[in-house]
Amino acid sequence: MEIRYKKVKENLYIYLSGELDEYTATAVRSAVDGLLDRNVRANSVVFNLSGLTFMDSTGIGMLIGRYKKLKRIGVPVYLQSAPVSIEKILQLSGLYQVMPKI
Amino acid sequence: MKYSNQMKLTFSAVSENEPFARNTVAAFCLPLCPSVSEINDVKTAVSEAVTNCIVHGYGGNGGTITVIAELNCESVYITVSDNGCGIEDVARAREPFFTTLAEEERSGMGFTIIETFMEDVVVRSEKGKGTVVEMRKTFCGDLDKERATC
Repeated sequence: MEIRYKKVKENLYIYLSGELDEYTATAVRSAVDGLLDRNVRANSVVFNLSGLTFMDSTGIGMLIGRYKKLKRIGVPVYLQSAPVSIEKILQLSGLYQVMPKI
Repeated sequence: MKYSNQMKLTFSAVSENEPFARNTVAAFCLPLCPSVSEINDVKTAVSEAVTNCIVHGYGGNGGTITVIAELNCESVYITVSDNGCGIEDVARAREPFFTTLAEEERSGMGFTIIETFMEDVVVRSEKGKGTVVEMRKTFCGDLDKERATC
């Protein structure tokens, strides 16, 4: 997994690339939380999923965990550019109801 | 004679084997010419079943997982099994969003995803003896294509 980020006008964009599953989730969670902790004043956080080649329910759990963390400090979370292969699992999980697609 | 083929994988219940398991099953299915969407469904379902074995069956404490895949003309039949702690209430475990590990950020979507992406999903489990998940996927692929092997 590769994680990159950029800030645009106090909005934090996090780019996830590779396979997000049980094997990689712990490292991703730790790296993303580090980024979030350093950017608690962000107006919003956007997860760009365009580089993901695989994601299962462990990835859903990871994203929900980050949503809960950011909700506590009032930062909205959005999802962006999910590949077709991952769109199905995002729709099924209802994740877009709390992390809207932009 | 109709086309058929079978494979069996036995591997340690560690998460680094998840990509190996799902990609091996996906590669095994290729003679049936599945669509990209269909092969993604199989990969995701296998990953969910293997995760269940690692996280719930063995509680992250090792063990062995067996994956069997059988092809016929147009379908793959997959069995994922462990010899772990088993599931006390299978019906409840199959409910969407049910998880015994919410504090670990588990979504509780594993069985729901398997049931949505696959067909004829059967879960057999006995407390203290392990769990077996059976599932089938029929590949439509390109419907105009002749399957040369059938």
